[in-house]
Amino acid sequence: MSFEPVLQVKDVSKAFGGVQALKDVSFDVHEGEIFGIIGPNGSGKTTLINCITGFIKMDSGKVTFRGRDISRQAPHKIAAMGVTRTFQIMRPYYTLPAYKNLIIPLFSPRARKAGGWRGGGKLGDRDTVCIDILEEIGFERDSFVPYKLASTLPTGYLKRLELARCLALRPEIILCDEVFSGLSMSEIASMVPLIERLQMDGITLIMIEHRLRELFRVSKRVMVLNFGEKLSEGIPEEVMADEEVKRAYLGSEEVEESV
Amino acid sequence: MQNAGLRMIEDRRKERLDRGIKVTTEGIYAISSWQEMGYLLLPRLVLICGILALPLVIPSLYWQRVISIVCIYSLLALGFDFLAHFVGLVSLGGAFFIGTGGYIAAILNTSFGLPPILTIPIATIAGGAICTLLLYPCLPLRGVYFAIVTLMYPLVMARIIEALDVLGGTDGIIGVASFPNRWIEQYGLLLIVIVSLFGLRRLVNEDIGLVFRGVKDNDQAVKASALSINFYKSIAVFIASSLGCLAGAYLAHIYMWSGISQFALDFSIIPIAATVIGGGGTLVGPILGCFILVPISELLRAFGTLRIVFYSLILVAFIVFRSEGIMVYAERKYHQFERWVKV
Amino acid sequence: MDILIYGIINSISLALIAIGFALVYGISRLANFAHGALYVVNGFIVWSILNILHINYLLSIILSLIIIGLIGAAIYQFILIRVRGMAISEIIASYAIGLAMLEGFRWGGFKGMTYTLPVFIRGSIEIAGIPVDFQRILLVLIGGLVVLFLWLFTHYNRIGLALKGMAQDERAAMMLGIDSDKMALIAMGLGSILAGLAAVVILPMGNIVVEAGYDKLIMAIAVCIVGGLGSWVGAVIAAFLIGFAQIITVKYIASHFHMVIALLAIIITLILRPSGLFGRQKELEERV
Repeated sequence: MSFEPVLQVKDVSKAFGGVQALKDVSFDVHEGEIFGIIGPNGSGKTTLINCITGFIKMDSGKVTFRGRDISRQAPHKIAAMGVTRTFQIMRPYYTLPAYKNLIIPLFSPRARKAGGWRGGGKLGDRDTVCIDILEEIGFERDSFVPYKLASTLPTGYLKRLELARCLALRPEIILCDEVFSGLSMSEIASMVPLIERLQMDGITLIMIEHRLRELFRVSKRVMVLNFGEKLSEGIPEEVMADEEVKRAYLGSEEVEESV
Repeated sequence: MQNAGLRMIEDRRKERLDRGIKVTTEGIYAISSWQEMGYLLLPRLVLICGILALPLVIPSLYWQRVISIVCIYSLLALGFDFLAHFVGLVSLGGAFFIGTGGYIAAILNTSFGLPPILTIPIATIAGGAICTLLLYPCLPLRGVYFAIVTLMYPLVMARIIEALDVLGGTDGIIGVASFPNRWIEQYGLLLIVIVSLFGLRRLVNEDIGLVFRGVKDNDQAVKASALSINFYKSIAVFIASSLGCLAGAYLAHIYMWSGISQFALDFSIIPIAATVIGGGGTLVGPILGCFILVPISELLRAFGTLRIVFYSLILVAFIVFRSEGIMVYAERKYHQFERWVKV
Repeated sequence: MDILIYGIINSISLALIAIGFALVYGISRLANFAHGALYVVNGFIVWSILNILHINYLLSIILSLIIIGLIGAAIYQFILIRVRGMAISEIIASYAIGLAMLEGFRWGGFKGMTYTLPVFIRGSIEIAGIPVDFQRILLVLIGGLVVLFLWLFTHYNRIGLALKGMAQDERAAMMLGIDSDKMALIAMGLGSILAGLAAVVILPMGNIVVEAGYDKLIMAIAVCIVGGLGSWVGAVIAAFLIGFAQIITVKYIASHFHMVIALLAIIITLILRPSGLFGRQKELEERV
C-alpha cells in the first residue's frame, strides 16, 4: 500500500436545474482500502459516483486517478483506465444467459490487453473465461446457474453479476453503488467474504451503502454526505458519534442500528 | 384485461409449452441426433432451396425482374431490421443508401469505365463509409434524432441534386452498363441476399453481436464496460448502410440508370413495412415481408402513387395494433404448442 | 436592404410553419411528422371549398381551419394515442399518415397550375425602394400576431397555462389533475390549425404543390432542432437565423439553396449543441 492516494476528488459540484445535488465534495482514497460513503436518501451519493466515473459532467471540481486528471473524460475511457462501477438499479443484459453477460466487458480493449484470467495465457475462449470469472464470484461452476438467462436470476446472483462485470475488466477501483441493498441476511453474509477477497486481490473499493452494520464490518474509513455536502469523515465509530450526523439520519427517518 | 398467454374459458385455460425437441436443442447442449439436427436445419434448407429455385420456376422475364427487385428491397430491409432490433437505431431513410450506392456505381461506370464487378464492391464500401460519416453526428444522441436525420437525408439529397443540377440533375446518369448475362444478374443477387441473411444471423450471435445487442438493451452498462458506444454504433451503421449501398449499386446496373427517383419514398417505406409485417428481430421476417409487399407493389403500379398510400396505411395498422409479424408468429408456432389445460 | 426585407419575410414564414410543430412537441412530446401534410391538405381544402362549393373566401378559410384542426385531432385520437410514449413508433405512424395523405392527393390528380389560392389583397407598395406585395406584408403581420397571441395565451389563459405546465413537466401536471391525453388532443388540434393558417397565408404566393408537404416538414424540423425541441421562443429565433441565412445564400451564392441550408443547420446543431439554442433537454447527452 502506497501513501499517495489512488483517487483524489476535489471540490466536485453539480446542480440539476435549481437543485444543488453536490457541493464542493472532496475526499481521498488510498490504494487497497475500502472507503465507505454513507448518508440519508437523496444526499447525492449516486450523483457522486456518476460524476467520478464520467456518466455525468460535473459543474466544477477535479478528479484525479493515479495523478491523471479524469474529470472530463468519457465514461468508457474512465472504465478503460481501471475505474469501474456497479449500478444501483441492476440492469443485466436480460436476454442473454448469465455468463454471456460478461462477454461484453471482455470484449473491451482493456480486458483484451490484460490477457487471460488469473495470469498467463491469451484470452482465447471467451466463454470459458466468463465461466471462470463467475466461479470466482461465487456462481457454482458445475451447476446450470451460469447458463440461466439473466432475467431469471435472483437478486443475490444479479448483484454478483454486477461485480463480475467489473472484475472482467481487471479493475483497480470498483465504485459499488449499494451492493448490499435488497439482499437477505444470508445473502449479505456470503457477500462480505467476497468483498474482503476483492480487497485482498489488491482492488480498491469505494462502497456506497445504507446497510451500515455490514458496511462497517468491511470498511475502516467512511464519509458522510448530506444534501450534497460532506458532513464528516473518519473511522465509523467517530463518525456515527458525531451529533450532526445523527441529526442528519434521524431527521430523514433513516435510522439503522449501527456499530 | 386480456393476457395473450392466458385465456380463461370456463374452467380451462390455454398454456404454451416449448416442444420437447426445442428444449433439448437450446443452449449449449450438444446436438446429438439426426432428428434434432433436422429440426434446426429444415427451415433453413427450405428457405435456401426455395430462394435459389425461384428464377427457374418463375416463367416470365417480367416476374424474374420483380424477384430481383424483391432482393434489392430485402437487402434494405435486412439492414433496417438489424439496426432497429439488434442495435436500437431506427433508420427511416433506406432511400439514402440506395441513392448513394446507385450514384457512386453510376459515376464509376460512366466516368471511369469500371465494370459492374468492380463498381459494386467499391460503391458498397465507399457508400457505406460516406453514409456512416454523414450519420455520425446523431449517434451519440437519443434514437429519435437518428430517425429524424435518416428520414430527411433522402428528401434533402433529392432536392439538392435537383436544385444544383449536378450528377445529372433530374435526368440522372444514363448509360450505365448492365450485367453480361441475365442469369448472373439474377443469381448474383440471390446469393448476395442469402449470404447477407446468414451472415447477419451469425454476426448477431458472435461476441461483437452481443455488444450490439448490449448497446440496444443497456447502453449505460456497455459504457461502464469500457466500450465506446459511438464506435460500435458506427460499425453497425456501416454494415447496414453498406448493404443498402450494395443494393443501390446493383440496382443502377439493373436499370442501367441512376437518378433522383432512387431517393424515392418506396425505398424508405417498404423496408419498414416489410419488417413490421414479416416480423422484426428475426432477420428472415423482413425478407418474407418483401416477398409479399413488392409483388403487390408491382401489381399496384397501375394505380400510381396510390400504392404508397396503401403501404403507409398497412404500416400504420400494424404499428398501431402492434402485431408481432408473420415470422415471429411462425417461429413461435414452430417452437411451441398451445393446449387447453383444466384449471 | 432588400436582404433585410426578404429576410424578415422568409423568417416569419418559416416561423409560422414551424410553430405548429413546436407547439405539439413542446406540449405533448409528440413529433408530428404529418405536419407538412396537414399544411398542404389545408390548402387543397380551402381551394375545394372556394371553387367547388363557391363559398366566400374568408368563410372558406375559417371552415378549412376547423376541418384541419379536427383532422389533426382525429389523427391523435385514433392513431397516435395508441403508440403514445414510443417515440420511434410515433414518428413512423405520423409520417406514414402524412405520406398517405400527400400521396393520396397526388394520385387524385391535384396538381398543376389550376390549384392556386387568391391573394387577400392585390397590389404592392414600395418600402425603401423595394416592391413588396401586400400578401407578404400580411404574412409578417399575421405571423407576428400569431406569435404574440400564443405568448399571451400560454401566459394568461387557463388552458394556455395548463399547456405550458404540461410542456414543462408532464408528470407534475398530471398529478395536478391535468389530463395528458386531452392536452395532447388539444395540442394536435392547435398544431394542425397553425399549419393550416401558415398554408392559407403562404400558399397564395404560389401554386399548391404536393412537394411542399415534404419541404415544409423539413423546414419545420430544421427550425425546431436549431431552436431546441420544445421551446417556441427558440423556434422563432431559429427561424430568423435560418431565414436570413437562406436569403443571404440565395443572393450571393446560388438559388435553390434553401434545402442545403436547412440540412446544414441541422447537422451543425447536432454536432455543436444537440439540445439546440433553447432546448431544455440536456438529457440528450446526460442520461443515467
